[in-house]
Amino acid sequence: MSELVIQNLHINIGGKEIVKGLNLTIRQGEVHAIMGPNGTGKSTLAYTLMGHPAYEVTAGTVIFKERNILDMTADERSRLGIFLAFQYPVAIPGVTVANFLRTALNARRRAVNPEDKGISIPEFRKLLKKEMDILRMDHAFAGRYLNDGFSGGEKKRAEILQMATLKPEIAILDETDSGLDIDALRIVSEGVNTLSGGDVGVLLITHYQRILNYIKPDFVHVIMGGKIVESGGPDLALHLEERGYEWIREKYENGITV
Amino acid sequence: MTAMPQVVIRKKGSQGPIAQDFAFHLDGTNLSKTSEFVAAYRQNAWKVYESLSIPTTKEEAWRRTDLSNLNPGNFKLPEVDQYKSLDKIPEKLLQPLTGETHGGQVVLMAGGAKTILDPALTAQGVIFTDLSTAEKNHPDILKKVMGKVVQPSEGKFAALPAALAQNGVLLYVPRGVVVEQPVHSLLWGPGAGLAYLSHILVYLEEDAAVTYVHEAASPTQEGEQKLHAGLVELYVGPRAQLRWVELQSWGENVWNFSHERVKVAEDGNIDWVFGAVGSHVTKNFSDLELTGSGSSGRMSGFYFTDRDQHLDHDTQQNHLAPHTTSDLLFKGALLGKSRSVWQGMIYVAPGADKIDGFQANRNLVLSEGARADSIPGLEILADDVRCSHGATVGRIDQDQVFYLLSRGIPGIEAERLIVEGFFDPIMQRIPFEGVRQRFQNAIHNKMESYQG
Repeated sequence: MSELVIQNLHINIGGKEIVKGLNLTIRQGEVHAIMGPNGTGKSTLAYTLMGHPAYEVTAGTVIFKERNILDMTADERSRLGIFLAFQYPVAIPGVTVANFLRTALNARRRAVNPEDKGISIPEFRKLLKKEMDILRMDHAFAGRYLNDGFSGGEKKRAEILQMATLKPEIAILDETDSGLDIDALRIVSEGVNTLSGGDVGVLLITHYQRILNYIKPDFVHVIMGGKIVESGGPDLALHLEERGYEWIREKYENGITV
Repeated sequence: MTAMPQVVIRKKGSQGPIAQDFAFHLDGTNLSKTSEFVAAYRQNAWKVYESLSIPTTKEEAWRRTDLSNLNPGNFKLPEVDQYKSLDKIPEKLLQPLTGETHGGQVVLMAGGAKTILDPALTAQGVIFTDLSTAEKNHPDILKKVMGKVVQPSEGKFAALPAALAQNGVLLYVPRGVVVEQPVHSLLWGPGAGLAYLSHILVYLEEDAAVTYVHEAASPTQEGEQKLHAGLVELYVGPRAQLRWVELQSWGENVWNFSHERVKVAEDGNIDWVFGAVGSHVTKNFSDLELTGSGSSGRMSGFYFTDRDQHLDHDTQQNHLAPHTTSDLLFKGALLGKSRSVWQGMIYVAPGADKIDGFQANRNLVLSEGARADSIPGLEILADDVRCSHGATVGRIDQDQVFYLLSRGIPGIEAERLIVEGFFDPIMQRIPFEGVRQRFQNAIHNKMESYQG
């Protein structure tokens, strides 16, 4: 059973420290929700775990499968089993969903065996259709240009389709609920639930409690000032919904000043 | 051909003092063996040629393409049968690009040519043959098109092949004949120091239709400079349809110059696909001239440069009659220290109302040292027109690269995928898998050698 272990992580953007000593362990099969007000470092954490070059790690380690992934490029991290569902998926005009996913799958296969000839087109079509059916997506979706002119809901579903196809062991979902109406949220959440049945460790980053009605977390963490300041079970999220972040802010700030 | 309205064309000739020139001579036998008409055409072209000097950057059309490193004195014309002692044609260049088979194939070589044509097409009156055979057997048809579309006086590199072309093709499709199988010609140009001069002539009578694929190619590396100067004269008759696909795959040492134009009569249509990946320096003039009411043309250009290549494409869309439509899309990617120039003009003549003219040029600059110039232009002298143009020069978006990396796609492949996506709108315009595959291979090979 793999686990992702984040220890004492410090992250700078443009010389300013955003994440200040974060510790968290995510095991396969667990769903962790990270909540917190805007600007507290949630998305910074997500991008850093995936290896975005704009984020500078000044201290700490992130160990996965006995390797410090901070030393790896984004594509290496992906092939090792880490996935990021983007808050704002990027459009790639002229590249179809199918072509893109087949390229991504083949890159994985070649990383294991450099001689691999790639997945056959019929085999790939079958696999893609199966995953699209689970997410109740029109098969015509495969022929569209990736995220190009997609609605907010389509983009998020395309992210989950990628996750379903690439089968990561650790999935980071960055504000996957933002911009979704209730129906889209339900479909996306069902997709995540279908996938996270045992094999995937999920790090769910969210501003609102709403998505947690659909994806049940095992653990809820509150991030503030670049650190996890409160951890608990699913009831912590409900508590936050009733009382907001203020009580934690007070507790945290008092804790620091005292 | 009936008299056409006067066209305003950017000046492509040269009047400066001759510093250095080619060492060619007008070959007497070239004139004695041909018809009076062709002999007179060549003699006139030779006079024009001699009166013009090699263009310099002082001329507007040549401002961005510098020929001062060209050594014109060294080039020699191929001798008869010289191809027999030069590099053989790679088999893949002879394969059909547009389906399973050809309706015909003309192979142009140093000092020789080979022609194959389906006897069924011959029986229908279709002519598809090399120029010297056409001079012998079809002088009347040559008369209809030779010098009628491009004038030798348009420039030094128009006059040169007009006077001396050894390699040429005539395609003629009679009235109402629809040729189902595409025809294919290849100009194969090995041999360092040689000058290949070509003249391609196409005449489609009314209601005729054909697809014609022409490729010019030579071995990749040969060191010494080589020259190609080409003329392409196309005439599309009333309601006729020409699909014209040309591929420029010259080797790294080739200085390539061409003047190409199509005249389209009423309700005729041309679908012009253009792919350029080769040569050291290219200056190409490609003009779409819509002379008949209701005529239309689409020009789709693909170019990909690397190393120190310099490709300069100059396009015109001339609307000389009302109810005409033109649509140009040229897309290019650049690597290394290469440079591309696209300069395009939509010209709408007085009275050419109810026309649609569209042009777009998009460039993707992949290396720090590469540069793309994109210069669109409109000259509209009619009142009721719809014209639009767009030109962009951009770089790969790093957010796109990171997104693909995050899916496990390595950096080189991520960039290649983005480049392929960039070219997709051009691929969508090409109905031939073989041609699309060629362009895909070009993308693949150029990206690969760049990264390696």
